[in-house]
Amino acid sequence: MTAFTINGRAVQVAAEPDTPLLWVIRENLKLTGTKYGCGIAACGACTVHVDGEPTRACQTQLQDVAGRQVTTIEGLSPDSSHPLQKAWITEQVPQCGYCQSGQIMQAAGLLASTPHPSRTEIVAHMDGNLCRCGTYDRIVSAIERAAQEG
Amino acid sequence: MVTRLEPHTTALSRRSFLVTLGGAGIAVAFGGLVPVAHAATETGAAEGLTLNVWVTIAPDGIVTLVSPAAEMGQGVKTALPLLIAEDMDADWDKVRVVQAPSDAETYGNPGFYGIQLTGGSETVRGYYQLLRLAGAQTRKILLAIAATHLDVPVGELTTEPGLVVHAGSGRTLSYGAIAAHGVLPDPLPQASEADLKPADQWRYIGRRDVDRVDVPSKVNGTAQFGIDINLPDMLHGAVLRPPVPGERPERIDDAAAKAVKGITRIVPLAYGIGIIGESTDAVRRAKEALVVTWSTDSRARTYDSAALAQAYRDIGRDLARQGVPARAEGDAPAAIVGAARVVVADYVTDLVYHAPMEPMNATARVIGDRVEVWAPTQGPTGTQGFAAAAAGTTPDKVTVHTTLLGGAFGRKAEADFITDAVLLAREVEGRPVKMIWSREDDVRHGKYRPLATQHVEVGLDRAGAITGWRHRVVADSIFARTLPEMFKSDGGLDTVVTDGTIFNYRVPAHLVEYIRQDSGRDVGFWRAVGYGQNAFGVECMIDEVAAASGVDPVALRLHLLSDQPRARKVIEAVARKADWPRPREGRALGLAYTDAFGGHCAEVAEVSLDRDSGEIRLHEVWCVIDPGVALQPRNIEAQITGAIVFGVSHALYEQINIVAGEVQESNFDSYRILRLSEMPRIHVEVTPTPENKPAGIGEIGLPPIGPAIANAVARLTGGVRLRHYPFLPDRVKAALAG
Repeated sequence: MTAFTINGRAVQVAAEPDTPLLWVIRENLKLTGTKYGCGIAACGACTVHVDGEPTRACQTQLQDVAGRQVTTIEGLSPDSSHPLQKAWITEQVPQCGYCQSGQIMQAAGLLASTPHPSRTEIVAHMDGNLCRCGTYDRIVSAIERAAQEG
Repeated sequence: MVTRLEPHTTALSRRSFLVTLGGAGIAVAFGGLVPVAHAATETGAAEGLTLNVWVTIAPDGIVTLVSPAAEMGQGVKTALPLLIAEDMDADWDKVRVVQAPSDAETYGNPGFYGIQLTGGSETVRGYYQLLRLAGAQTRKILLAIAATHLDVPVGELTTEPGLVVHAGSGRTLSYGAIAAHGVLPDPLPQASEADLKPADQWRYIGRRDVDRVDVPSKVNGTAQFGIDINLPDMLHGAVLRPPVPGERPERIDDAAAKAVKGITRIVPLAYGIGIIGESTDAVRRAKEALVVTWSTDSRARTYDSAALAQAYRDIGRDLARQGVPARAEGDAPAAIVGAARVVVADYVTDLVYHAPMEPMNATARVIGDRVEVWAPTQGPTGTQGFAAAAAGTTPDKVTVHTTLLGGAFGRKAEADFITDAVLLAREVEGRPVKMIWSREDDVRHGKYRPLATQHVEVGLDRAGAITGWRHRVVADSIFARTLPEMFKSDGGLDTVVTDGTIFNYRVPAHLVEYIRQDSGRDVGFWRAVGYGQNAFGVECMIDEVAAASGVDPVALRLHLLSDQPRARKVIEAVARKADWPRPREGRALGLAYTDAFGGHCAEVAEVSLDRDSGEIRLHEVWCVIDPGVALQPRNIEAQITGAIVFGVSHALYEQINIVAGEVQESNFDSYRILRLSEMPRIHVEVTPTPENKPAGIGEIGLPPIGPAIANAVARLTGGVRLRHYPFLPDRVKAALAG
């Protein structure tokens, strides 16, 4: 049993300690907003926060988060009210939408540490998150909007 | 499913009515005027009075509309219901959208063989008139009920969004109230083209402030993709495939795999080994623990992509090798032989992989001869067939639930991932199995866009005018595998591989030949398919001809398109936007144009070049698109931008290499797709022409960008031509070295 906190809720999971956190979140905890994209931390679709830090869940083992706080897209806000979620809707960012949970979680990490990032900082911070639909421009616009509107 | 495309003369009954489709004389029977159980159960939300198979209205005014196509990012889950809403005068804020069940008879695309298959940029084009007529019909039903209720002639009634209005008495009836108390008129009113709203009365079509219905669910994790399906008692699955397609497992040592905790069953298949277990992670561990000896006699073992590119180029050059003509206007070979000058070039496009962010996956449950499939599929109708074949039943016994698709780009119309899930589900009858491909499976077992070469020869007279154009496409066939009957009846021509070779440019003689190859590896539909590869040859050759004749490439295009006003307009507009005549220090512009899927699209690329490294820098892209009617202009901008990104990515980076049948790339660390820091600045301008039908807009933005980049590089370097996708730095350096 591994105990940790997910979206503010204490949980105990019986999976193997070396199970990727991604699959624990998706299958044991049934939170499917966090996506599998590559399994090698090369696309960012599985990005969650561990103790507030954007982290690739596919390359994080269950045992790594024992006693720690994990936040997924479902826990970012209770009602899509996080400034990034609102900006994502205003800018109509998603197309297929599959990478967007990871994009938003990655961006939320940036705004938490740098409330008013420059465009260069945004690009550097977001560059590891792939989007095959090519929504990159609107991702940047939405982050800028969220930073401005808070 | 074919019969509904035939003229339909069945007598009207309470349960069916006719909608006449314009001047084509085609009629469509709508079933079910009583609540449609399958539509309602999709979400359990469609309650109220069902007016036809598309529309249900609840007493509180909530209008539930059925969307018949697959939402894979292109926006159809909004665009199609919007068409119904427009002509029924629905209040868009009260519209809810549900996904259609697999039922081609009812929900097939009248413009796409009557089947449910989302692809070929055919969706909006194919459903446009049908759904608008369905909306108009719905409005007439509501008006008829209201006329009875208010006891006034129907001609005195008008509608506002969600409301029937009787101006004379000042009375109104909401759609919800009509649905709550209404009795359907008998016979039901019919709708024809005359009932459609004229463009100047559109409330929703063409508006920028109509948001996509799927966006809210995509920012909070609630959007359900195929991979997110979770059913009671569900098992998880994977399939280990051979390193080379066509090989079979000869010896399987599954002792270690079976010992993995949570493994239910190891299933030898004809083409691999299936694994079923309690979790995705258990299945992955078992897959890695399998020890398999594969057969070594697959003909795909001889596949070597670099050698084939060379061989195909040689075949294209060898004019004695006859192809199947795709177009033969005039005598192009004779015109070229008699020409004062001939411009000749070969263009090569390497294999490219779809790379949807959601890998292939499907969930299936088999009970007796019944199969249920939940999948991110582009084609529910095809999936019924694939699943039936795998389960040994018939397509009518298969129900398909189409989920959201996390990207598809042509790949998710295929059978393989559906077959996997059904074969595994058969092993544990009664229990659903969710089968997921790893990214490595997805990369290595793609249905790539064909490796293709184009040999293009253009004859010029003394004045530099084109006398004949000969275009020879050498590639494996997509249709020979996916639509063998059609391929055969077309005499061995693969029209989807030659798409884009038959152009709007006016040339006195034009010969297009397809020289089919079959090197033992499946190829498939990849965003824009033939247009994406052949625009490279056509649009680069136009520039090569312009350079040979000493004319401006924009002027040459406008000259060759003198009878194509829509084409000329987008080219002129994009040249203006990019300030075409202005020289740039260290940079140059290139232009390309594509007409496809009912639209016209011109793009300009601004590039610079690091001559030492061979790296191309793409700074800026301008695009002007004429989509005909612009249903959702903001979405069109997004789609075109996305297609440009996709096109840049494949022209600069993307490449599948196959050596002795084995794919060398495996994941996003080795298959490079464009990332944020590599984005050019992109400016898209949508110039609607509402007198034309809406074009397909998911693909048309892709073809022009590669040739625009190559043309820009040639103009920057005094004529150095890049003729091999992708433009890898080593290839650029080799071209610079001559």
